[in-house]
Amino acid sequence: MNVRKKSADPKGVLTGVHYLDGDYAIAEGALAAGCRFFAGYPITPSTETAERFAERIPMVGGVFIQMEDEIASVAALIGASWAGLKAMTVTSGPGFSLMMENIGLACMMEVPIVIADVQRGGPSTGLPTLTGQGDMQQVKWGSHGDYEIIALSPDSPQECFDLTIKAFNLSEMFRVPVFIMTDECVGHMHEKVVIPPAEEIEIVERKWYEGPKDKYLPYKPDVDLVPFMVKAGDGYRFHTTGLTHDERGYPVINAECQDWCVRHLCDKIRLNADKIIEYKEDETDNAEIVVVSYGITSRVAWKAIQDARKAGIKVGSLRLITIWPFPDKRIEELAGKIKAFVVPEINLGQIKREVERAAKGKVPVYPVSHCGGWVHNPDNILKVIKEAAK
Amino acid sequence: MNEIRFSGFGGQGIIRQGLILGKALSLYDNKFATMTQSFGPEARGSACSSQVVVAEERVLYPYVTKPEVLVAMSQEAYDKYEPELREGGILIIDSDLVRLKPSKRKIKIYSIPSTRFAEEIGNRIYANLVMLGFFTAITKIVTPEAIKKALPGLVPSRYIDINIKAFDKGYNYGLEVLEKEAQEKAEEEKTEKTQKLKGKGTKK
Repeated sequence: MNVRKKSADPKGVLTGVHYLDGDYAIAEGALAAGCRFFAGYPITPSTETAERFAERIPMVGGVFIQMEDEIASVAALIGASWAGLKAMTVTSGPGFSLMMENIGLACMMEVPIVIADVQRGGPSTGLPTLTGQGDMQQVKWGSHGDYEIIALSPDSPQECFDLTIKAFNLSEMFRVPVFIMTDECVGHMHEKVVIPPAEEIEIVERKWYEGPKDKYLPYKPDVDLVPFMVKAGDGYRFHTTGLTHDERGYPVINAECQDWCVRHLCDKIRLNADKIIEYKEDETDNAEIVVVSYGITSRVAWKAIQDARKAGIKVGSLRLITIWPFPDKRIEELAGKIKAFVVPEINLGQIKREVERAAKGKVPVYPVSHCGGWVHNPDNILKVIKEAAK
Repeated sequence: MNEIRFSGFGGQGIIRQGLILGKALSLYDNKFATMTQSFGPEARGSACSSQVVVAEERVLYPYVTKPEVLVAMSQEAYDKYEPELREGGILIIDSDLVRLKPSKRKIKIYSIPSTRFAEEIGNRIYANLVMLGFFTAITKIVTPEAIKKALPGLVPSRYIDINIKAFDKGYNYGLEVLEKEAQEKAEEEKTEKTQKLKGKGTKK
């Protein structure tokens, strides 16, 4: 793939061992990744990220803007990204809903941006100060039309740091919005966070077009399906729009162009899914039951898995780091070998539905659901593992 | 594993206590410590708490459910959180701010006038560090060196010395309390023994 890799700009890297909460760690991960533009509208429980940016980003020569709302925040990111900056915002449920319109625009314009959603209990204003994982389907389907995005789910402040860097890298690599789907518990949880030296952090830059000024085509797919970018203001004349467009970026309102344009948006992620998807497995080889979990729930589930193993049950763990694109292939493989899946999550079965879809009815999928406000009691997960093992 | 809850009212530095302890343990005492805080629509003056879960390996369940140690710096916090304290647990209170209710529970109670001590040092704002010093001496969960190393970044640099002074005040008071306790215990044992001996003597 023709992408540029380099090490991080030391200016943004707070190398050392810190005691940070997840919200702060997201801000530090972004700065380490080279993010130099933040536009947002603070909302609980994501406010600490915005605060940290407001304090830190001027120190590294970046810009912090408090916007009038979340719609404008994403609009500002799109502009900043076209101007060549790495840009991000952070929000929670109600703000995330408002962002959907311009998330669609970012997908259509193929603009690399990063959005962190520190989930709280929903719907609507729901539980402002308490945890939830109820936006897992919204992140995939929240805007209208067919499109693909990438979403990651950290389980700790350390992973908030690590995965925010990964989010920026993927976003640059695929010219697509990437989402960090964390939650109030991880966002407000303080733990040790190790920030490595800048030279140990690998940063990916988007592919810059360097050809003749009159030959630039902003939507002509390269071999990896991802088109080149230029910086607005560098003298390249180009057009970009939310309307269905051709390689030049000009609107073409017919079914053929729609098919070409929209398939491209989906294919560049779907056909590269193997390069994007990351998960962590433990003892899935001889497992009868596999627990599929993500984010904070995967930590609590790990306790239940240990307890189940002590009780003699063969339990494996599939911890999703990438939620979207969903690891269909791996789920289907496992479905052919095991007795059942167990999916604990802080919603009423959003990812359980995906596991069921990918398992294609080969094995039952047991949900362990609750609506938010608290993380699972590990005993409740253990109970379902035991039931599934019967 | 240790579950610890600091509690009081908003503005007393209760969250800061949890942060300092969590940082000290995980950065300088080689433990895993996850700190969370009661995060509700509370404002200054209402009940407030921070929680630290300490373990030798990664903390999986991040919340405190049955703490082994409860530090209460206000009556409201004591009333609210005392019932969840584990049997055999340790209750630490500010003796001027908390009035204990009669209780038959098997818990160990230690008290310190932390706010008064802080005022003697110069400002009641240091009461949280006095209390943290006392906590450190009583529970031995964390080393005093680690706490002192954790202060930069969590306390404005020009106030570090006075915070250390406050910490030492509480720590030394804690050592005195423990020493007194040990002496009393030794004396009790001694009288018990002599009484036993006397008892034996009369039987003969």
